[in-house]
Amino acid sequence: MKNLSSWAVIRTIAGRELAAYFESPVAYVFLVIFLLLAGVFTFTIGGFFERGEASLGSFFGFIPWLFLFLVPAIGMRLWSEERRLGTIELLLTMPVTIPQAILGKFFASWLFIAIALALTFPVAITVNWLGNPDNGVIATGYVGSLLLGGTYLALACMTSAITRNQVISFILALILCMALIMVGFEPITDMLGRWASPRVVEVVSGFSVLTHFDGFQKGVLDSRDLLYFLSLIGFALFTTGVIVRNRRAG
Amino acid sequence: MIKVENLSKSFGAKRAVDDVSLEVGKGEVLGFLGPNGAGKSTTMRMLTGFIPPSSGRISVCGHDMLEDPIPAKRRLGYLPESAPSYGEMSVLSFLRFIAAIRGLTGEDSRRAVRRVVELCSLESVIGQTIDTLSKGFRHRTCFAQALIHDPEVLVLDEPTDGLDPNQKHEMRTLIRRMGETKAIIFSTHILEEVDEACTRAIIIDRGRIVANGTPNELKSMSERAGAVAMVLAGASAATVQSKLAGLPSVLRTEILQDDAARVALRVFPQKAGSANSGGVLAGALAELAVHENWKIEEFRTEEGRLDEVFRSLTLSDTAHHKAQSEAQGAAQPAEAQS
Repeated sequence: MKNLSSWAVIRTIAGRELAAYFESPVAYVFLVIFLLLAGVFTFTIGGFFERGEASLGSFFGFIPWLFLFLVPAIGMRLWSEERRLGTIELLLTMPVTIPQAILGKFFASWLFIAIALALTFPVAITVNWLGNPDNGVIATGYVGSLLLGGTYLALACMTSAITRNQVISFILALILCMALIMVGFEPITDMLGRWASPRVVEVVSGFSVLTHFDGFQKGVLDSRDLLYFLSLIGFALFTTGVIVRNRRAG
Repeated sequence: MIKVENLSKSFGAKRAVDDVSLEVGKGEVLGFLGPNGAGKSTTMRMLTGFIPPSSGRISVCGHDMLEDPIPAKRRLGYLPESAPSYGEMSVLSFLRFIAAIRGLTGEDSRRAVRRVVELCSLESVIGQTIDTLSKGFRHRTCFAQALIHDPEVLVLDEPTDGLDPNQKHEMRTLIRRMGETKAIIFSTHILEEVDEACTRAIIIDRGRIVANGTPNELKSMSERAGAVAMVLAGASAATVQSKLAGLPSVLRTEILQDDAARVALRVFPQKAGSANSGGVLAGALAELAVHENWKIEEFRTEEGRLDEVFRSLTLSDTAHHKAQSEAQGAAQPAEAQS
């Protein structure tokens, strides 16, 4: 028996978690729905062809909305399932620290989102075949999408630590993610702009994922945007740790 | 190897575990007895580091569970009360996962999995999804999980729960055998298990330890321990009773059966609970019988009964209330009559 490094423990937990996705049909259903909706949004509603430009703008533009429903669905089971099955009692009596368990679970689901995103490669191929897009912009778009997914996921991880009921966990995560979109959603900021000063509107919309996702869509890698997503992920995972630590039983 | 000092746990105003101290060494099997809700599971959850105690100290093989949990948890195998496992996994992949997280890799992992599969007789279901297994198999899968790293300390919360009588027996045999080289704590509310598997037992009631000793020590706390049951021929109950009352080692006698030919009775020793007084009593009774020319048809010193001790220690309050309400109930009809 060796003393495992932290990383090995995280990898073991992540491995089990990722396998759990693919052992149930949910993973495949999710992937199909995601790819289908991505396709519909990009080509039909997004007007991919009508735009007449070689870019994935119509694809990435819908990602925050698409992820809004799909990512909480991925994250909702992370801790609620452990509670419901009682396996949280096994997991936390193993030689595993709570941060290791949280990171293991988070990375597994993040990897799952990355797989889902990677499977949208035909869109990128299509646009390259039809024209000469700026592939740098496409790359930052994917990076931004992954960070956005990670942020939603960290929030879902947090809400799933609160309850053993996956539906409640899903709805709470949905509400949180929705709030993060809404504060930067144009109709909302316009409304806010009618009675608040532009400075206030700017501060409020600064909390929105939309505001920070925008740069990635345009091919700009801004360290402030990176910092925004990473600190939100960090904050949500830290809070998950506090919740798990304080509500182990029950 | 596992040492617990002044462990307490409160959930809000309710004190679930109150100042529990215990120690289990290598080669010991400690039975943890108590009625439902006495605090057995809560204590075990604290021992294994799942929930933190409100106060007190826990050390496993010299490692403090609160300050240095990882090495302590490494030396511990735990079977939680509900025997949870990841239902969507197969038995094999579940055990491999536990082995991996316990730091076993490659050949070590394969060997460990093989060993516990054999030990818990899981060969026939190894490839099956845990969700599809019967309760007994699910339980044993979780038990196998607790043994995979051959831990020095085993904490088993109701290990025989949900097993059929044969499996229960197997489980106890297994526990006793493993107890020769490990320190084991297991909880139960089945009293025969104490006799069958434990070297020592603790009775806990409302969060407090009310008794601690070997199964025989506990039994000797029973009122009946050391009492003499006998059947005499050629004597009337009244004479026997009056003669016995004269003996200094007799506390009281209880007539069990009385007919013309013979009288069956139980004689309680003066100092209940001490094995010696039983011997003294038996000697005195035999002497008296010979002297009085009673014919002894049956003569037996009783061992004391665990269930009696258990009841008297854990039910004292309820029994008291019940006796009171019965007394009141009996008084009322009497009043009505008068």
